Amino acid sequence: MKLEIMRFDGKRVERYEEFEVGRVATLLEAFYRIKEFEDPTFTFEAECRSGICGACAVRVNGKERLACSHTPMENDRIEPLEYHEVQRDMLVRREDSFEKLTKAGAYLHRYERSVPDTKEERKTEIQSDCILCESCYSACPVLAIDGSFLGPFALSRAYRYAADSREGAKEEIVASVQNSGVWDCTLCGECTAVCPQGIDPKGDILALRTLSLQSGYSDPNFATLSFSTPDFSF
Amino acid sequence: MNYDLLIIGAGGAGLSAAIEAMQRGAKVLMVCKTLPTRSQTVMAQGGINAVLHESGDSVESHIEDTLKASGGLADEESVRVLCKEAPSNIEWLERLGVPFSRIDGAKTPLESIAQRRLGGASAPRACYAQDYTGLKIVHTLYDKASSMGVEIRTRLFALSLIHDEEGVCAGALFLDIESGELKEIRASATIVASGGFSSIYHGYTTNAYGSSADMHSAILEAGGYLSNMEMIQFHPTALEGSAILISESARGEGGYLIDERGERFTNELAPRDEVSRAIFSKIERGGRVFLDIRHLGREKLEHLMPQELHLCRLHAGIDPVEELVPVSPAAHYSMGGIECDRQLRVSGLYNCYAAGECANAHLHGANRLGGNSLLEIVVFARMAAVNALESDKRVCRDTGETLHKAKAELERILGSEGEECDIYAMRREAGRILFEDAGIHRDAKGLEKAMEKISAMRERLSQAVSSDKSARFNTYLIDFMQLRSSLMAAEAMLVSALAREESRGAHYRSDFPYERQEWCRDTLCRLCEGEVVVS
Ligand SMILES: Cc1cc2nc3c(=O)[nH]c(=O)nc-3n(C[C@H](O)[C@H](O)[C@H](O)COP(=O)(O)OP(=O)(O)OC[C@H]3O[C@@H](n4cnc5c(N)ncnc54)[C@H](O)[C@@H]3O)c2cc1C
Ligand code: SF4
Ligand code: SF4
Ligand code: FES
Repeated sequence: MKLEIMRFDGKRVERYEEFEVGRVATLLEAFYRIKEFEDPTFTFEAECRSGICGACAVRVNGKERLACSHTPMENDRIEPLEYHEVQRDMLVRREDSFEKLTKAGAYLHRYERSVPDTKEERKTEIQSDCILCESCYSACPVLAIDGSFLGPFALSRAYRYAADSREGAKEEIVASVQNSGVWDCTLCGECTAVCPQGIDPKGDILALRTLSLQSGYSDPNFATLSFSTPDFSF
Repeated sequence: MNYDLLIIGAGGAGLSAAIEAMQRGAKVLMVCKTLPTRSQTVMAQGGINAVLHESGDSVESHIEDTLKASGGLADEESVRVLCKEAPSNIEWLERLGVPFSRIDGAKTPLESIAQRRLGGASAPRACYAQDYTGLKIVHTLYDKASSMGVEIRTRLFALSLIHDEEGVCAGALFLDIESGELKEIRASATIVASGGFSSIYHGYTTNAYGSSADMHSAILEAGGYLSNMEMIQFHPTALEGSAILISESARGEGGYLIDERGERFTNELAPRDEVSRAIFSKIERGGRVFLDIRHLGREKLEHLMPQELHLCRLHAGIDPVEELVPVSPAAHYSMGGIECDRQLRVSGLYNCYAAGECANAHLHGANRLGGNSLLEIVVFARMAAVNALESDKRVCRDTGETLHKAKAELERILGSEGEECDIYAMRREAGRILFEDAGIHRDAKGLEKAMEKISAMRERLSQAVSSDKSARFNTYLIDFMQLRSSLMAAEAMLVSALAREESRGAHYRSDFPYERQEWCRDTLCRLCEGEVVVS
């Protein structure tokens, strides 16, 4: 099987290189074959090989996939994630996007005593399945134009804590997602479509919008569109 | 910049220690070679042990079960601390926001946490978060640590400890994967939380790629001790070929193990080491073993083990609902490791502590109980942080020797004066040799043969140069360094396995197939003029 792989040496040279990888069960296996038998300089990340560490996400023909859970097809074109600084081949800088978790208020601020039951468990079960692979981030069109956007995984996780009955400072989370946050999302659903864990960041963003409205915030776009000073000059 | 505390490793253990230290107002730095959420802890599915209510279970039974599994090698006092502190540490996790699975109708937060029964436990006492216990613990701790402003530095690969002739430690030396530069980080105390070393069995392990014993070899080189390195737990059912874990619940729910003739040959519910040996006996004679869970039915399987059904389909092209799953035992957990005392101080060194799977804190002895290691990485890592911050420190009088040596070595490896050797072939070969001759069945002949081959590889690698010369993001170089450490740890494991002329727990010597009273003690390893010696 032939794969077309984007190469980047950390400076400027970007090119596509073809590799013959034979029969493999997963794309990650192909990556190891390349590194072990063809080109020791080929660079990628992987730890768990079972879809749980989130290290190996790349783009296959423009769609985000976990290399360890993707069965490659003839002539697949493999590229690193979007909207990250590419460091070498498939390796991208993750630290800046990860920092958005704290910015979005995605942590338990103040523990409040609560006795959760199975219904409570289900409220945040899916969101907390996130493996931080950043597939959603790479698929989000808003990040193509606005690098400061908090992005899908951070917002989904902010919702996960806001919806937790143990969180005693929900309003702080809601306040954290106002700027470059819930109102900047176009609700296109690309994030939801690519998540390998079946998480729905778009849905969580909608839920955060509802919480925001309930807390007295309003959609700034809506405000500039409808409530700006009427123009009677014509 | 001098830190109060340097933590090497950012899995469950590193994160727990960092949060504890931060809550005590210390200046702490946590370092890892990847990112915290890539640590192996995220792979743990089963659960974390704690007795949360005394109806039908008790802390005493938890202690008893743990001691029984350990084959006489655990330290009762340490085990007592672990089990007694378990409930308050689950509460600590609960208050940080870990989204545990729940039961209905509970009266208190702790009682609401769902628990399941794991192998060797006399009651259901493993708290879980669906099939994602490790993942959800690590991510919650990571969210918390980041929000508290714990300084986390990623993609720094620890090479060695900064120390003087007396073994007084003053931090560690790192290779910055991003720039290729060497970085000294100095701290009053250091906690090593670098995880287990089962990846020395490359290709035959359920572990993540990074469980490569880097710090075990660094400890030896600094003059510290390792202990019970021969005690490796093999999980009976990993997927043949890819060694991906198929959890115990498959057998717990009534799955069968059958041979090529379709016949059952062992009690599927016996302890891990017994089942592993029964399976390996078949494989050793050229046979194959299968897990048969077809009779459990699609609905039950989809509910019980959705992740594993997916992994079987993907990696083996097999649908367990309709087909037999080929399995093999695989190296899963290292009970032994960095030798430390009850304060978690590393033996032979000062200002240096160890916590988590890398350490031998004398909790698991010759066999670990499922659910006890996630417990250890929380309870003992927090304890290590407290001890490290509160203890008196010695002054390190190092002369910059560590940096000097590492620089010269790195220049040599990235230079061209030497043979390029196929480190990946060596890694595969080492994994196979260890699995075949130092795995589930061991005897003097096989162990000596393995020792000869591993030593020869170590010798070859010590002369070799890297096939990738670039400074930045040189993951080949990292693989090279990891192989080097793995081979040293493999030697430590082999000399220990040779020394222990008996069978106990996970360590089975077919030439000494019985327990011997005089071996109811630990093996201890250290480095002596470049050679690993055991006592
Ligand atoms: C598939 C699987 C399932 C399991 N299930 C369970 C379970 O259900 N219950 C249970 O109790 N236990 C389970 N275990 C065992 C348990 O998960 C581990 O023992 C535990 O997670 C180890 O945690 P740790 O923090 O000590 O190490 P790890 O999580 O391995 O973290 C090690 C850290 O050290 C860093 N590091 C290592 N070397 C270096 C270096 N040279 N430089 C810089 N950083 C370095 C790594 O990057 C990482 O951050 C399971 C293990 C596996 C493999
Ligand atoms: S729904 Fe919103 S967050 Fe998701 S990809 Fe579209 S714009 Fe981005
Ligand atoms: S939400 Fe899904 S796609 Fe996004 S980082 Fe988490 S697991 Fe990956
Ligand atoms: S290697 Fe961990 S998710 Fe793919």
